Amino acid sequence: MNAYAGVPGVIETRERSGHTTLAVDPTRLVEACLFLRDEAGFNFLSDIAATDYLGWGEKGVAGHIGTAAGRNINAPGSQGYARVPDPKPKRFSVTYQLLRVSDDPARLTVEVWLDDGEPVASLVPVWPAADWFEREAWDLMGIRFEGHPNLVRILMTDDWDGHPLRKDYPLGGEPVRFSDED
Amino acid sequence: MAVVLPKRIYEGSRIPQPVPTILEIDPEKHDLDDILRVNFGPNHPSTHGVLRLIVDLDGETVAGIRAVIGYLHTGFEKNMEAKTWWKSVTYAPRIDYVAFQANELLYVLAVEELLGVEVPRRAVWARMALTELNRIQSHLVWLGTSALELGAISLFWYCFDDRDAILDLFEMAGGTRMHTRYFQVGGLAEDLPPGFTDEARAFCDAMPKSVDEYEAILDRNAIWLERTKGVGLLSAEDALALAQSGPMLRASGVNWDLRKAMPYLAYDEVEFDVPVYENGDVYDRYKVHMDEMRQSVRIVRQCLDRLDEMDGEPWIVDDRKIVLPPRHELHTSMETLIHHFKLVTEGFTVPEGDVYVVIESPRGEAGCYLVSDGGPRPWRVKFRAPSFAALQATATVVQECLIADLIAIAGSLDPVMGDADR
Repeated sequence: MNAYAGVPGVIETRERSGHTTLAVDPTRLVEACLFLRDEAGFNFLSDIAATDYLGWGEKGVAGHIGTAAGRNINAPGSQGYARVPDPKPKRFSVTYQLLRVSDDPARLTVEVWLDDGEPVASLVPVWPAADWFEREAWDLMGIRFEGHPNLVRILMTDDWDGHPLRKDYPLGGEPVRFSDED
Repeated sequence: MAVVLPKRIYEGSRIPQPVPTILEIDPEKHDLDDILRVNFGPNHPSTHGVLRLIVDLDGETVAGIRAVIGYLHTGFEKNMEAKTWWKSVTYAPRIDYVAFQANELLYVLAVEELLGVEVPRRAVWARMALTELNRIQSHLVWLGTSALELGAISLFWYCFDDRDAILDLFEMAGGTRMHTRYFQVGGLAEDLPPGFTDEARAFCDAMPKSVDEYEAILDRNAIWLERTKGVGLLSAEDALALAQSGPMLRASGVNWDLRKAMPYLAYDEVEFDVPVYENGDVYDRYKVHMDEMRQSVRIVRQCLDRLDEMDGEPWIVDDRKIVLPPRHELHTSMETLIHHFKLVTEGFTVPEGDVYVVIESPRGEAGCYLVSDGGPRPWRVKFRAPSFAALQATATVVQECLIADLIAIAGSLDPVMGDADR
């Protein structure tokens, strides 16, 4: 924990079986990442993952068969939780997986929390590898990266509507041609 | 040994500005009136699947390039969110369909990390043996297709012959030749069949000779050398900045292999070397692949010896909450029947949390980010695809190359489009 004491903009530090996650203020993300790259030696951006927490923990706690909050006996697998998961600060999280390629290897996760439509600064100037990772997060999850030089869709077609990995985007929601469904 | 070798492949950085993945035409070097824009793919036999390259040509020189992907996007990650934890294991190998066993391992390891399960050692060593066999298989596919693209058609048949021998071993262990779903959360789906280690050992005896033969075919071939040496340069600094991994990184003089640097499974208990080359060209990427096949055979041999010692030990964790009970107990035990029913209908639940697990797949750093809300389905699954990252380097490695070399270079990135597009 002390190893990352000087990182600017850290809101919260979490540990899980030896792996550290730093939650960073989105407005100070670039500052924090520059520090991690130049001072802490994290020279490799492994991945960027955006997650949508819409509806997180709304299923309620299991217990009474047939209750609205718990289980629907006609739908196996619809049971509630053993305990309600901890609430999340905002709807979206973006996690940056950093790696230090050196004789003293280490991994670190930096995460920021965002509301729908709230932008976050692009990391392309810090690690060029962020280019496609951020385009993917924009394409599939609708996270806006400010200052990205080419923020266009990458996996879906250019004229696609919506961001498919969001929780309010249905599975199999795309119109099927010639299916008389329109 | 230092992580980054001292040799400078070229001075400074060649990563294009401002967009790192798009090479714009330099008006000082090229007359814009002479530029011909050519669309390459996505359905071109020599682009390794559905990769599309938009190339600006000045004569035969590549003046500008951009890679377009997404033609094989199938929404694996979205689909997995709708399946229970143990059903979604089926999806993982289909993402990188050449390194199927490595991807299956990756997903299973990530779920086990969230569950906090300790896997029996027989399963650990069996997983290592099969993943290394898969690495050889993946490199053979790479070698065969890359050589084919440069005109060496016979090598393609030789490589696929050996690949077949590996798929036979997978069929013996898991019942299917690809996408075995043999790795299960908690261990293996079944014990290794009797005679598996003997068959695998016979393969291990034959394989190094085959690798020598392939090298003899290519290393004494003037055309092969001419077309691969000094082509597609990538420096160590640029490779790291562009998040390249696996053979790409090791051919650029970075001594980095997760199996050595941050060991998982039991890689800290086996002996093997990490091949590192320092010229950063297509030829060195080929050499890394060849050496890695030999090293993988070495690892498989050690795994087989250990597996023989562990014959008869459990191959899956004894936890009825996450592992299907033995079939024969279903007829006599009510409790077993309930466990079986619950696992098949609802699946098991995984404690709340998020985790990022990384392994060294044949293509390099393959990662899996998982979020669980404590329920029976994953909340979010995200794969870090090494092919996706490798293709980001296209604009950097093809600079001022000839159109004919473009094929050799794109092939040397070893992209699997299922992996890149997911």
